[in-house]
Amino acid sequence: MVDPAPRMAFGGIAVRNLYKIFGPNAGAHVDAVRNGMTKTELNAVHGHVLGLRDINIEIASGSIQVIMGLSGSGKSTLIRHINRLIDPTAGEVLVDGVDVVKMDPAELRNFRRHQTAMVFQKFALLPHRSVLDNTMFGLEIQGIERTKSRDIAMRWLERVGLKGFESKYPNQLSGGMQQRVGLARALSNDAPVLLMDEAYSALDPLIRMDMQSVLLDIQAEIRKTIVFITHDLDEALRLGDRIAILRDGEVIQQGTSQDIVLRPADDYVASFVREVNRGRVVHVEAVMTPLRTLAPSHVPAGRTIAADVTIEEALRMLVGTPDDEAIVVDATAKPVGTVSFRQLAGAMVNAHDIGQQAGGSRANVA
Amino acid sequence: MEWFYTFPHMDDDALRNLKKAIDEGFRGFTRTYGDAIESLFSPLQSFLLATDRFMTQTPWPIITAIILTIAWFASRSVKIVLGCLVTLLLIGYFDMWTDTMRTVAMIFVCTVLSIAVGLPIGILMARSDTFRRIVNPILDVMQTMPSFVYLIPVVMLLGIGRVPGLIAVVIYAIPPMIRLTDLGIRLVDKDVLEAADAFGTSERQKLFKVQLPLALPTIMAGINQTIMMALAMVVVASMIGVQGLGQPVLKAIANQYFTLGMFNGLAIVGIAIIFDRVSQAYGKRLQKHREIVHG
Repeated sequence: MVDPAPRMAFGGIAVRNLYKIFGPNAGAHVDAVRNGMTKTELNAVHGHVLGLRDINIEIASGSIQVIMGLSGSGKSTLIRHINRLIDPTAGEVLVDGVDVVKMDPAELRNFRRHQTAMVFQKFALLPHRSVLDNTMFGLEIQGIERTKSRDIAMRWLERVGLKGFESKYPNQLSGGMQQRVGLARALSNDAPVLLMDEAYSALDPLIRMDMQSVLLDIQAEIRKTIVFITHDLDEALRLGDRIAILRDGEVIQQGTSQDIVLRPADDYVASFVREVNRGRVVHVEAVMTPLRTLAPSHVPAGRTIAADVTIEEALRMLVGTPDDEAIVVDATAKPVGTVSFRQLAGAMVNAHDIGQQAGGSRANVA
Repeated sequence: MEWFYTFPHMDDDALRNLKKAIDEGFRGFTRTYGDAIESLFSPLQSFLLATDRFMTQTPWPIITAIILTIAWFASRSVKIVLGCLVTLLLIGYFDMWTDTMRTVAMIFVCTVLSIAVGLPIGILMARSDTFRRIVNPILDVMQTMPSFVYLIPVVMLLGIGRVPGLIAVVIYAIPPMIRLTDLGIRLVDKDVLEAADAFGTSERQKLFKVQLPLALPTIMAGINQTIMMALAMVVVASMIGVQGLGQPVLKAIANQYFTLGMFNGLAIVGIAIIFDRVSQAYGKRLQKHREIVHG
């Protein structure tokens, strides 16, 4: 299944028709599950646990794909299929066009050494090694010369803010710092795929925000294909170029942050989204009055706002001026619509409340 | 009703014949393969002799200095080093130096042999549940079978001497080494192993870079136990010709020399404490990185 295309740029990740059933005779039940047997039935009748059902996710090269779900939703199982720490019961996992599922042990080892790097929820550092030696672990496994890997590791340790800590042992560091080591260890590998399994879930909220910023900063530079697992919707919305929401082993919605906040696929997603600060997720574009519905003469003169600015940012711009309306312009500075203070404020509160005219009191003040 | 009061046992003649047959068989085996097996152990014998010669023929101040240096580098504790010095001086002053050195040489060789054999077996046990199921009952037998019983076939095969004594001691002392190696590797954090897999380690890399280093404190505890058990066998081993502190004790038992027995017994206790404190302090130093400095 080798992609015939020349391997100049990394081709992204594609998960296709992936099924995972846990149990001694998993393969025998795939067809039943394909034909609609539910998780509960499978467990009751055959004593097997359905881990993942018909997962299809395309992850573009250089993007951050967040996979969100509560515990037991199968998100950690899913990420472990990408580097095959778990073998699927059926389906394909194509990384840069190559099916990971079909690799033999030597190929798989080579793939893990060079194509992927992983960051773990519980850090999983080696307690008997110093911070520097932990960071060098992946390079050491690849067989890279020590002086060379030392330079690479030192550079990444500095980049994640751990300069001066390289001779400490993991137990001498706080959780946040240990996870920085975990991140530096993964980044030192310089693999195109970065897998982050609830990497920040064990950290306290402030440190988590801080680490999210570190990741976004670094990503702006290195443009890896990142798969990020989380159970925290705010984290998902902040980091994800695209988000997939998992429930009971099934993807129930995929899309951008804005898609998920504005158009939740079902009540389950809607219940998540209800408490989200929409002002930071939804763009002006989504709430403006498009220009073509107005007569050209109606276009007001006044200040302009870029279409991809968040609502919160736009409100902040408008609140300091006497204007009630602003012109929305696209990337080429061409007017595409108008937006009023009222429209922006209305979008800050969630859609259900607007519908019931009960909105104002529930606006999120962030 | 006789069967009710006397356990219905095997027919006397049959039993006698069975025992005789087994004895004959083993004797035959000894006659045929005894020499071959003895030559198999000859490298072991030269190793033991060389160690013995080194310990007994090197002048005592040098040996004392070597032991104190090892104690210092293993424990980094002035208290332990001083304790070693006092113990060694007392042993020498009461004229037990040569016997003590013989015993130390014997324990050293036993420990090296136990590690060399026990570590690979322990590793295999940790990797294969089947192998573990086979080895575990054997270890149980080795630990509970009275040592005099397996002295018989060892002596029949190899005669009286140091090597059979060494083998008897190793059989008795090796089980904790094997068990604790197995346990140490099995206790290695699953998350860390998964991380090692995720970075593409080969089985070999995983063993040497992750499993063994993380199991090392447990393995050290196994080595410590092995040394202690080997010391406990010194007197028994002296019955089949192992020289050292055991022989005076044996003589003391036979002739009711209370003081002779007591002195040599205390010398065994003395070196046992030295070995124990030094190896435990070393094991603790290995775990230093586990101390949680940050809360």
